[in-house]
Amino acid sequence: MKSLLLKDMDRLLAALAENRTLYVPTDGAGGAEYRLYQPGTPLSEALNTNRSAKDFFFPQTENMMRFQMRGKEIRIEEPTRPDEDFVVFGVRACDARSFELLDKVFLSEPVDSYYQNRRAHGVIVTRCCGRPEETCFCTAFGIDPTAPGGDVSTWQDDQRLYLAANTPAGQALLNGVAHLLTDAPETAADDAKAKTRAALANLPIQNLPLDGFGEENLLAIFNDPRWAELSRACLGCGTCTFVCPTCQCYDIKDFDTGHGIQRFRCWDSCMYSEFTRCAHGNPRVSQVERFRQRFMHKLVYFPANNQGDFSCVGCGRCLQKCPVSLNIVKVIKALGGEKA
Amino acid sequence: MSVNETLIPKLGVVTDIRIDTPDVKTFRVNALGGGKVFEHIPGQCAMLSIPGVGEAMFSITSSPTNKDYMEFSIKKCGCLTDWLHQMEPGQQITIRGPYGNGFPVDTAFKGKNLLFIAGGIGLAPLRSVINYVRANRADYGTIDIVYGSRSKDDLVDYREILDEWCAEEGVNVHLTIDREQEGWDGHVGFVPNYVKELGFDTNKTAIICGPPIMIKFTLAGLVELGFDKTQVYTTMELKMKCGVGKCGRCNIGAKYVCKDGPVFRCDQLDEMPNEY
Repeated sequence: MKSLLLKDMDRLLAALAENRTLYVPTDGAGGAEYRLYQPGTPLSEALNTNRSAKDFFFPQTENMMRFQMRGKEIRIEEPTRPDEDFVVFGVRACDARSFELLDKVFLSEPVDSYYQNRRAHGVIVTRCCGRPEETCFCTAFGIDPTAPGGDVSTWQDDQRLYLAANTPAGQALLNGVAHLLTDAPETAADDAKAKTRAALANLPIQNLPLDGFGEENLLAIFNDPRWAELSRACLGCGTCTFVCPTCQCYDIKDFDTGHGIQRFRCWDSCMYSEFTRCAHGNPRVSQVERFRQRFMHKLVYFPANNQGDFSCVGCGRCLQKCPVSLNIVKVIKALGGEKA
Repeated sequence: MSVNETLIPKLGVVTDIRIDTPDVKTFRVNALGGGKVFEHIPGQCAMLSIPGVGEAMFSITSSPTNKDYMEFSIKKCGCLTDWLHQMEPGQQITIRGPYGNGFPVDTAFKGKNLLFIAGGIGLAPLRSVINYVRANRADYGTIDIVYGSRSKDDLVDYREILDEWCAEEGVNVHLTIDREQEGWDGHVGFVPNYVKELGFDTNKTAIICGPPIMIKFTLAGLVELGFDKTQVYTTMELKMKCGVGKCGRCNIGAKYVCKDGPVFRCDQLDEMPNEY
């Protein structure tokens, strides 16, 4: 384990930014967001950014290819892939786990080369949560915020930042800034971890009844009459899907730039009425079906296809951002069975 | 294989356009240098696109035994299909695929008596299997085809049905239209009822495709006749964008129609949510 005095934090960030593009969470008018590192700008101490970190690998819009149309002829042009190495500093354990879940979608056969390319160029430095909030429930999904993962994990106390590499890419990153770091015993971050654990113990939603969401209950949960009541207030605004670190549905669209047709993909939302509308009609006619789809996917369908892994990391963004206070916790408590 | 290869399409050229019905045309597609853009198995689909207009999934209606070209029978019913219907031969299009599982022509269907039941444009995916089976006649038992449409003018592939299917020994074709029409002396009535009237023996494997409501009632009719759902196959259609199970749009429960389907055995549908 390595350590750094907190007063030298900006020196560390500046050194990381020397060879690669560095993104860090910083505070702005609307809250914390990941932004390009600017020397001297302090790291946000907010628990989490408004938007999740999925943008780095699955951006909200992404050019896929371009077409030139000449009379009846078409020419296809592949875009140049971004090849810039980058570091994302300060990712929380929940968002770090979300990358593993996105990997299951985009890196399973057939591999999504756009995602794969971005993933190969990014190094993730995680940060142990100092003050988890009441909307946090990552532990319900087996995530340990004191072991935040990524390529490098970091913890901090009042004086120092502690860093440990988890992967060869993380080790290489630390080697590059070794002149700023000093050796620390493996137990150096134990106090910081203990503080976080103590804070977690006082939070309201650390256990959720998830046992009932097995594939064997798929039809029973799907047909449960309570979906109508649970979804009644839903506006279909899609905010939950946009702030969610694991939502990955996308649309593919064409845009006439005047110099050719740009085909791009962009985030889409199962909460939208047009999402499944097709030539023969729409299988999800009302918001009840759309709401049900979102939670069935995270709690039943995704686990059924991915060895039981739920597609939720308990980051709490949907609890904070939903304009009508709907969220996955209410759904889990209603439908997840007895055991908590 | 990577999505790099599958989301980025290949080019094809439309070499022939046949008018089937007032709102269905069949498009012949070749690779730019001739031949097919790719091989497929009956029941698989392909994403066709005119850049700037749209991209959508269509079933490949030609049989893989056709070595020269692929065909798509497409009903005019939206942005892209309107455009396809007004284009002329020589137009290039983009094409990617093949997608989906296809029909089990070399396993579960082998040696079986086959009963094809189609409604309207629902014949398009079945034509691929029918012509595949006809080309490999020794591998299969009897062939019955029940096909119905709104009117005589709405029967897709009518010339091929009359000239080839009806003329072939061991292939029994049963046509029906929804309402009486001048110049039609064949059966009149809806497909599900006609299937019950014909009263097929249960020693067959049935393959249904048509509008969702027709599939539902036909399946019920077959079950009434004593068919087990494990003997009945159908092929589904839902909105799709990627074709590889990642855009999150075509799922029925935990199954993605684009990769786990579009062909399902009807007993499998019972285990899936009723949301299609």
